[in-house]
Amino acid sequence: MSLMETIKSFRATGDLSGLVSEIPYMKMTGIEMNVLDNDVVGTMRYSDQLLGNARAHALHGGTLGALLESTSIFKLLWDAETSALPKTINITVQYLRSATQVDTFARAEFIRKGRRVAVVRALAWQEYPDQPVAIANAHFLLVD
Amino acid sequence: MPYSEKLVGNPETGVVHGGCITTLIDSVCGAAVFLSLREMRRVATLDLRIDYLRPAKPKKEIACRAHAYRITKHVAFVRAFAYDDDPNDWVASAAGTFMIFEPRSKEPR
Repeated sequence: MSLMETIKSFRATGDLSGLVSEIPYMKMTGIEMNVLDNDVVGTMRYSDQLLGNARAHALHGGTLGALLESTSIFKLLWDAETSALPKTINITVQYLRSATQVDTFARAEFIRKGRRVAVVRALAWQEYPDQPVAIANAHFLLVD
Repeated sequence: MPYSEKLVGNPETGVVHGGCITTLIDSVCGAAVFLSLREMRRVATLDLRIDYLRPAKPKKEIACRAHAYRITKHVAFVRAFAYDDDPNDWVASAAGTFMIFEPRSKEPR
């Protein structure tokens, strides 16, 4: 099955795990995607390889960026009627709190979803959803 | 960053996931800040903005160069770019700010 066919099939079943398993980087970083209350929730399972600063027991900023970007892309695939894989134009990540050695969760929302470009904001949190560890704003190109 | 199958974001094209480019750039920017300080300090990313100029070429190693162009007492400002074959043909351009912590003895634990 091609990537686009996998995407179309998960829209029908609501099960994102088939698509996640096809993306090696997500498998490597332990990033999973689930649909909860018709919204996409990303989860990055903790593993020692995610540490950036081992002495401070803090996750590497790059992994949080990856979680935020992935969640935003999956949100677009789930909600928007895109026929192509969204391409990241740019992403700005703001690191708000030290992320510690536990699982991290993320959600994304559309600030503006046009025909060609979508502006997406995503939040990542660990213990408390109202205390995000990082947020991101990104532009995605939806057309070829 | 050497190419590895484990870093792939799009299995059809073999292009690496944007997240690894973010990680690469964040790491090199942090190192640039470290190298520009007179003594060892803890450093943490405040924000990082990455513009993706073109997809990285599959199976190619990706390199990043970062320059901490302004260091103040508490904040460092960094610019970076990432490339694969040609340092003049950028895959991504980035700008970031980093917090510089007080020496360890003054930090609350």
